[in-house]
Amino acid sequence: MLTHLVTSFIASAAFGILFNAPKKSLLQCGFVGMVGWMIYIILVDRYFDAVVSSLIAAFSIAVLSQMFARYYRTPIIIFSVSGIIPLVPGGLAYDAMRNFVENDYNTAIQLAAKAFMISGSIAVGLVVSEVLNQLIRKIPLKR
Amino acid sequence: MEHKFPTSLEVIDICLLAGKIMLQCGAETYRVEDTMSRIAATFGIPDSHSYVTPTGIIFSVDGTEPAKLIRISERTTDLYKVTLVNGVSRKAASGELTSKQAYIRLKEIEEADFTFPIYQQIVAAAIASGCFMLMFLGQWSDFIPAVICGGIGFTSFIYLHRVVQIKFFSEFLASLIIGLAAFLFIKSGFGAQLDKIIIGSVMPLVPGLLITNAVRDLMAGHLVSGLSKGAEAFLTAFAIGTGIAVIFAFYS
Repeated sequence: MLTHLVTSFIASAAFGILFNAPKKSLLQCGFVGMVGWMIYIILVDRYFDAVVSSLIAAFSIAVLSQMFARYYRTPIIIFSVSGIIPLVPGGLAYDAMRNFVENDYNTAIQLAAKAFMISGSIAVGLVVSEVLNQLIRKIPLKR
Repeated sequence: MEHKFPTSLEVIDICLLAGKIMLQCGAETYRVEDTMSRIAATFGIPDSHSYVTPTGIIFSVDGTEPAKLIRISERTTDLYKVTLVNGVSRKAASGELTSKQAYIRLKEIEEADFTFPIYQQIVAAAIASGCFMLMFLGQWSDFIPAVICGGIGFTSFIYLHRVVQIKFFSEFLASLIIGLAAFLFIKSGFGAQLDKIIIGSVMPLVPGLLITNAVRDLMAGHLVSGLSKGAEAFLTAFAIGTGIAVIFAFYS
């Protein structure tokens, strides 16, 4: 568990470097990625299927990024992108590809569908949090 | 301070410059449009229309001024510049910057190079590969091979992209090289799990930003940009997959 904690932090921060995020926000990038990955790992381990876990993790990443974005007055994309990266189903996509090449199409299609579902759930998680954010911002204005 | 409104042509120039920088650096389409119309409104043009796609921007204001078009041919990811342009637009909106100053500042941002030195990027990619390998439940003994494969892969991607200029091809070759390197590690006995090493090393090439942006653009109603970014992401994923697949086709 400690390994996951440390590696997800470093990996997300390193992705901040690759995307050339501002130097000041690298630590926050790492933190967002770490929280997202820990939520995902714990949920997948104990409670839910990978699709649901990705959804919840992506949602929490987006919420956290929004808070950081508001606080540091930067575009939200900086935090959300490096946070999302660990959730991307690279491993599944890879397995799918490998099975395609080995002519095992049934397994390959199954894995590809799963990878597709997971990326879809990540996207939905992001969008839901954005919509909620807009709702929250708009409701007080109408009083 | 006396607020003198600049001519509309100047405003159009400022907006297009800001939009161009943001789009080239990987901002979402709706953010680009939003920033451009905000800057225009700040400098006295409340009604502006912009049409932004990943490959070009059309911007026009009401009245007799002609619409202007900017072509975007090269897109990278540089979130720092996005932040800076965002800052300029905020400052302009609060009246801290005049139109002249904003334009000069944007020119500076456009020409400057804020990216981390290449060796730092390579080190970051290499370490990220190693960490991803561990996150996907690999063994510690595979850490060094994954780091090296990831480093080699990212380095070859950067240099190949300078030579070939076609993104698809450089990604394909880079993942091919990653596959080869990982395979050599397994054959020579340094690595244990081929799958984990390859998955970890390929992660720096994965189009995570594109996928996220594509979906957000689609949901925000920018159908054209969303679909074309999705296509770009799919092409990248396909290139990586093909590169790895070639290795398996020959050796499994």
